[in-house]
Parts: sequence; structure tokens; C-alpha cells
Amino acid sequence: MTESLLHREEKNENGKREISYLEAVREAMVQEMRRDPQVFLMGEDVGVYGGAFGVSRGMLEEFGPARVRETPISEAAIAGAATGAALMGMRPIAEIMFMDFITISMNQLVNQAAKIHFMFGGKASIPLVIRTPAGSGTGAAAQHCQSLEAWFMNVPGIKVVTPATPYDVKGLLIASIRDNNPVIFVEHKLLYRTKGSVPREPYTIPLGKAEVKREGRDLTVVAYSIMVPRALEAAEQLSAEGIELEVVDPRSLKPLDRETIVRSVCKTGRALIVHEAPVTGGVGGELAAVIADSEAFDFLDAPIRRLAGRDVPIPYNRTLERAAVPQVEDIVAAARALAQEGT
Amino acid sequence: MPQPRNDRDDVIAATAEADLSLEVAESSHLLEELPPERLAWMLQKMCEIRYFEEKAEELYTRGLVHGTMHLSIGQEASAVGSTSALRPNDLIIHHHRGHGHTIAKGADITLMMAEFLGKEPGYCHGRGGSMHIADIPGGNLGATGVVGSGIPTAVGIALALQMRRSEHVLLCFFGDGAANLGEFHESLNMASIWELPVVFICENNQYGMSMSVRRSMNIEHISTRAISYGIPGETVDGNDALAVHQTVRAAVEHARSGNGPSLIENVTYRWRGHSKSDRNLYRTPEEIEAWKERCPIMRFKKALTEAGVMDEQEAEGIDQEAKATVDRAAEEALTFPEPSPEHMEDEVYAL
Repeated sequence: MTESLLHREEKNENGKREISYLEAVREAMVQEMRRDPQVFLMGEDVGVYGGAFGVSRGMLEEFGPARVRETPISEAAIAGAATGAALMGMRPIAEIMFMDFITISMNQLVNQAAKIHFMFGGKASIPLVIRTPAGSGTGAAAQHCQSLEAWFMNVPGIKVVTPATPYDVKGLLIASIRDNNPVIFVEHKLLYRTKGSVPREPYTIPLGKAEVKREGRDLTVVAYSIMVPRALEAAEQLSAEGIELEVVDPRSLKPLDRETIVRSVCKTGRALIVHEAPVTGGVGGELAAVIADSEAFDFLDAPIRRLAGRDVPIPYNRTLERAAVPQVEDIVAAARALAQEGT
Repeated sequence: MPQPRNDRDDVIAATAEADLSLEVAESSHLLEELPPERLAWMLQKMCEIRYFEEKAEELYTRGLVHGTMHLSIGQEASAVGSTSALRPNDLIIHHHRGHGHTIAKGADITLMMAEFLGKEPGYCHGRGGSMHIADIPGGNLGATGVVGSGIPTAVGIALALQMRRSEHVLLCFFGDGAANLGEFHESLNMASIWELPVVFICENNQYGMSMSVRRSMNIEHISTRAISYGIPGETVDGNDALAVHQTVRAAVEHARSGNGPSLIENVTYRWRGHSKSDRNLYRTPEEIEAWKERCPIMRFKKALTEAGVMDEQEAEGIDQEAKATVDRAAEEALTFPEPSPEHMEDEVYAL
């Protein structure tokens, strides 16, 4: 990567290189595009503008307009064009500017991209990545703040990846680009500016491999995306009270690393599932079922609890917006209550 | 005071007297220009399509078919006229009424029949069925079941051809119903601005299920929509195989030369219902009979024999050989094994 694309690069106290989540996304794309001529980026305003959030800034200059391909406002055709190019063996990365707009792409993703491999008897594959920023906290209200990942979990043929840290987002994006299946890659807008240690060289993190972000004996918090840093902050606060949370980040929701989640709950005997998307029909229900259906059931000292977005469209007003999705203090309160249940 | 009429009368009144006003391209010289074996191949494929679909219907009636089917009987010239304008490694993507395109692109009829019957050796190992036959090595990138869904995918296929500087082009088939989808608009616009090597072929068979084109749009020719994308648009008599060949060939050359997409409208008619649930309540028997008079196979045979490309006996020989091919294919496919449900989950994702 040219240095100008990484001018914010810093070193932390251990002398490790630190970049932002946003820069890690860009670095993954740039390194993969340098490595493999089949990889290209397409989407609305990804060129001169650098993408709505600046993720692809500088990439047009290096790769030119054929491989940093600006499209009209046509989310169905973007998803379709990416699907067709992938069917031909290209490895497109399509950016859908806000996850809310993926509703317009759904037919191509759900009926074409997800189905082609199976429906054609395994004779074709769709190595496609849809990158899309999701989540609230920006004051953009009901049509620019949704977290729609649960929809895609219910579609066989699609993978769903929800990275929480700069390190994870780079390794998972490279793995997603190299994967031979359609991947919905969900980036959280509030994470873009967060920083962390990220190796300069390319590396992959396998899809379907959870990570225990913090070890603790008292209670398992299963959280992904923005809820991982919030859960970690809650864990620090509760640690002062003598409650030790274990924070498990599935990192990809499909495939899902059931084993790591179940092992953690067997250890702690308590499970709190935290996500931003609305609670009803959400990922939390599936995660709770995974735990309840497993050997962890016998170790449970209290009911499995979910702390998720309230069943409302994301409101505009700052107070209402904060109240609609779990905040650090909500996780602290829910975890504290659960830690005391059944004792 | 006029008598109120029921909806059915209105529908039929609106559609029965369709004035097509076709601009038929002059194509009779093709009878001299195209090699006789190519013309014989075209007749053979059209006959194979007709017999395949009649056989499909028969197997269905005998209770041997699990799913539904969408027959293109009466539309054979659209499929064969189009693919006959291609080079061997050119590509197609098509739709649920796709037996014709698949045969016209050179698929093995036994493997097609096997797929139709849901058998393991079928093109898609029985996972796709009638609506989703794909023959990837043969350049048939598959039939899509959701109306219009192949159109955005076609943009990406053509984009890959362009980015790889391939000399090949793509034909994208869809129906009149698909031309009213938002995806049609997004895709033709995108293909146009990127000058992609794709020919969009709208097979206007007059009805999207029961909805007549006369009721679903206020334009005479779907091809005029090309104007809004700044690309060529042509309407052709889709029951005239040579006229279709002539027009598609021009569009293919246009695309192959790097000049971008075109929109071709093959005006034709489906003799059978939309699918097996169709009771033909939206059209008259007279209308269907009138279109049967314009049978594309009869017309092509007549053109070939009148021009002296072959005599009636030779044409009949090709016809009967096609029938025998289909009969053999069905007989063999019926003996094929069923797929096993054991490991289905392992087939959902590519390795």
C-alpha cells in the first residue's frame, strides 16, 4: 500500500503498528487487488469520492476506473453484476453504501447468488463479497441505520461476517475475498474510526472461527460487531465489582462456531447474548437455541438472556437513538442481574 | 345504455386484435448465404425443441414428473434463430421457459431429460429441474426462475468478458413480463454506460402469465425502450428463424466489435398455457389457432424447401430423426437413478 493511503499510521506503546478499522478494510482490499487481478471493487461513489465513508479513498488512483468501478445508483444491478462476474470466476467486492439499501439487492443475492452453486448441481460458484456499513449511532434515522444480518443467516448459500476489530476486519475480509461463496460482510459505521494493532502483511482469519476476546469465570457474553467493544468495556466495569465476564465474539454468524460458544457457557454456566439488531427474529434467538440445544444446557445456572435492539425503527433523536440499542450501561446492568440470578 | 361486460371480455377484447406492425428484416438471402448444413442444424434443433416439450408434456400427463414446467412450443424460432448467430464459445443466460434455449445452445438432450425428471445424472444432478437447466461448459450459464433475474446477472457476465478482453459475447433472454421490472431498467442502463458485450433478447410471447402486453404497457414495441438507454433496439418477427438470425447476428457483431449492448424484441406466441395451472381464461381459442397458423417450424421447412436447400423428404427425415432422439433420451433418462438426500447440506457451499 502506498504510504499516502495510510498517513494516520501510528505505533502503540508496544511498538506495534496501529491503524483504524476503516484503514484495515482498505488495506485488505488493496493487498488482495494487488495479489489477484480477478479481484475488483464496484459500488456507488467508490472512485473519486472514495466511498460514502472514505473506505476506498486513494484506490482509484492506484487501480484505475475499471477495477475501482463506480456504478449508477442501481443496487439491484450492482448485486447482479457482481453475481454475474463472480459466476465467470472474477472475485468482485461490491459495496452497498448502507446496509438498508441491500433491500434493493435482495433478489440477486437471495435468489441468484445464494442459489446458483446448489441449484446448478455444484457446477458453478459465486465468489462474491458484499461489503456494507450497518448500524446506528450516526443520527441518520430509520433508513440508514439498520442491522439486517439475521435475514441472511436464514438463506443457505450465503455467509455472514461481522467483524469487531481492525485486526479481525482485515483478516476476515481477505478470507472472504478468497472464499468461493457469496459473503455478506457487515462493517459497523461506529467502528470505522476505532484503532488497533494490525500486521502490515496480508493474513486470513478463517470464517466460522470465534474468538474469546476476554476470559472470565462468571458469565459468557456472546457479542459481535459494535457490541464487542461495548461488552469489553462493561466487563472492565464489572470486574471492579468482582464479576468476571467472558466475551465471545463469533466473528462470522454463518458459518457459526458453535463449539467455542458452547464451551464457554459450559465453563461459566450463564449466557447473555448481545446484539444491536431488533430482538424479535434476531440472531440472539438462534444463538440461544444453539446453547439450549447443546451440552451447555446441563451447566446453566440461570436462563439464557438476550439483550438486543428494541423492536423499533432506529429513531432520529439522540436520546431515543441511544435508547433503541444496547449501550455499555445496559450490558453492565443485564450482566450484573444475570450473574446474580439463581445464586 | 351499454351492457356491462365482465373482466374476461375486457381482457380478450384488448388483446385479440393485436396489430404487430413488425418491421421484418429482409432475410431471404440467408438461405443462400448460410451453409446448407447450418440451415439443416437449425431445423433439427427447432424440431428437437418441439418434440422435447411434447414429450415433457406426455411424461407430465403420465404422472412421471414431480414439478411444473413452462413450455415454449410455438417459440422455437426465437431460440434457434438467436443462438445460430453465435460462435461456439459465446454464452447465454435465460429463463424459466428455457428448454428451447438449452437445446439451441447444443445441450445433450438425454442429460436435459434427466434433469427434467430430477435424476442424479441430469445437468444439475436433479437439484434444479425444468426451470434451472444450466450447461456451464456448453456456455449455457443457466435458467433463472424469478422473472427478469437473469438480466442483472447478465451485466456481470458481460462485464467479466469485457474486463478479460474476451472476444465472446452473451445473449440474455427474458420475456415481455420481465421488461416491466426495475431490474430491467437498472441493468440495461448499466450495460449501456459500460458498453458491455451483451445482447438483450426480449421474447415477447404476448403474455406474462395471464397479463397481456396490451394491458401491461402503453408502447407498441418493447424494443423502443432501447432509446432511453441510447442503444439499438429492433423488433423482429420472432416466428421467422431467419429474420431472428439476421437481427441477432447484427447485434452480436455490434457487441463483439466493442460497441455495446442492443435490445431485440422477438415477437412470438406461446401456444401452451403459462404452466400446468393455466386454464386459458384470458385468451380465445381463435387467437391461439391464428398463431398456430404461423408455426415457426412449418414456416422454416417451407422456406427451406421452396429455396431448394432441401426437399420435403429430407426435411421430414430431419424431423423424424429429432423425434427419435427425444424418444431415446426419454427412455434412457427414465432408467437413471434418483439422487440421494443424505449429504445435501454439504452441497450448499463451494469449497
